[in-house]
Amino acid sequence: MTATTPAGSPSGPPPTAPATGAASAAGASASAGGDAGHRPPAGAGPAHTGSAATRAVGWLALASLALLVLYGLVISPADREMDDVVRLMYVHVPSATYLYLGCFITTLASGMWLWKRTPGWDALAETGAEVALVFAFVTLLTGSLWGRPTWGTYWTWDARLTTTAVLTALLVGYLALRRLDVDPDARSTRAAVVGLLLVPNVVIVNRSVEWWRSLHQSATLARIDPTIEGDMLVALMVGFLALGLVFTWLTIHRFRVAWLEQQADRVDLDAALAARRAEAADGDLDSDPHEKVTPA
Amino acid sequence: MIALTHAGYLAAGWLGTAALVGGYALVVLRRGRRLSRHVPTEERRWS
Repeated sequence: MTATTPAGSPSGPPPTAPATGAASAAGASASAGGDAGHRPPAGAGPAHTGSAATRAVGWLALASLALLVLYGLVISPADREMDDVVRLMYVHVPSATYLYLGCFITTLASGMWLWKRTPGWDALAETGAEVALVFAFVTLLTGSLWGRPTWGTYWTWDARLTTTAVLTALLVGYLALRRLDVDPDARSTRAAVVGLLLVPNVVIVNRSVEWWRSLHQSATLARIDPTIEGDMLVALMVGFLALGLVFTWLTIHRFRVAWLEQQADRVDLDAALAARRAEAADGDLDSDPHEKVTPA
Repeated sequence: MIALTHAGYLAAGWLGTAALVGGYALVVLRRGRRLSRHVPTEERRWS
């Protein structure tokens, strides 16, 4: 995984303030420092990535998801043209938005990693990409299921769909690159270069419906006269709230996991170095008396 | 129960989303628990 601390400097600098409120909480709670060259005593500290903040966000997310089910499946009326399949949009549109946000976090954190070289940014870059990939799958799933009754097909090589598939493939490639068994610093640098490509791709995905002829509808909300109103608009807003809280919760937990992975790599490296030094010291002790005896 | 058109697509979309996000959340929590046992307490500053 991501041990981005420079070799020979196991106590790397702390992660700097991340880009989002979600990650900010994670970053503030996970600053580096201290000697990590020992195993923790059994039962010490929280053996998980939860905290009071994540519990609060988690409960809020569950409550808002329940509200989304109520609004999305019960209260919201069916659409005149799409019928009830419009209810997939209350998940699809927010998911695509948080896919974009995850990509933005990764690109920002990648740039900061290349500039500052602090492990917190590297952990945040990985976090953004992985959470974005989950929302990419949700976007593709709900979009395909919406497309079958609406367009008559699950998939077509339309500009929006194709560019979204390319963005998803880029996220998969980015995460695969992070799992290569090479020098951690070089790996993080290469991943950061790929991470910088995510936001330009997001722009292409977002603008694709304007730049090319597309089956996919253009913006519904981001315009002066939104084409959605009433309970349908409320359901969509509840979707943004619920999935936003889920995104926040996932981002904080995943950031802490990435941080723990870095620290675990450091602990393993310290243990290996200590064992090597002990072996070398034993070798010196064994050989010294023999060398002194031989000349006599 | 209210009658919905395209109920199969709706169920697949909503349940699929719940499975994807919920499954990923469980994986992240499990990884966090496993790694927490191998990292010194002072590096786990959330509680």
